[in-house]
Amino acid sequence: MSDTKRFLYVNRKAPHGTVYALESLEVVLIGAAFEQDVSLAFLDDGVFQLIKKQVTTGIGVKNFAPTYRALGDYDVKKVFVERESLEERGLSEDDLMAITHENDDEEDVSSVEIVDRARMAEIMAAQDVILSF
Amino acid sequence: MSTLHTVNKSPFERGSLASALAHALPGDAVLLIEDAVVGVRAGETASAKALKAAMPGCTIHVLGPDLAARGIAADAVVEGVAVVDYAGFVDLAAAHDKVQSWL
Repeated sequence: MSDTKRFLYVNRKAPHGTVYALESLEVVLIGAAFEQDVSLAFLDDGVFQLIKKQVTTGIGVKNFAPTYRALGDYDVKKVFVERESLEERGLSEDDLMAITHENDDEEDVSSVEIVDRARMAEIMAAQDVILSF
Repeated sequence: MSTLHTVNKSPFERGSLASALAHALPGDAVLLIEDAVVGVRAGETASAKALKAAMPGCTIHVLGPDLAARGIAADAVVEGVAVVDYAGFVDLAAAHDKVQSWL
């Protein structure tokens, strides 16, 4: 395929209170079938989507958080999280769930890269298509 | 006449919590639910400071099941904030003359 495009999914909403986070994840997984160059960005309240140990039994909605860990199986290997968004919310990388993929040596390596705001802007600028949630 | 104020939007994204706290009077209660619970984590955030400043004039509460859904431990919330369950939500509504939702 010579017409591979760079797709960035931008996630800026906290999970569960609205349906944006779940919808984004579903579109990412569907889109993964088209063998494009896919990246995910988590900034602003979107960083809350990746928090560990989400337990949704008490609010009666499906907990889709474990599905992020399946991204590697769909060849989605680039997950960018904005450092300033974490810091402004009193969070750190330690609060985030592990998301990994297999490298060429079949070793599990982290897909998550913490980037600063300036780098996030560069990542956004480098895309062909941006889908916002 | 006392009021239970409920807030359901993230304080990092909307001004609902700030408005609720600015309008709550002594004796009122403020309950954070749904996405508003992300603002109750203890730390140096603007929302944590605003909640601390609002106490003890008002009581501040947060809905436990919404905390759990967002991976926030009940002991990680701002000191003085009471974690309640759905029955506690009902008790708060019953204990005040009216409920005002800050959407």
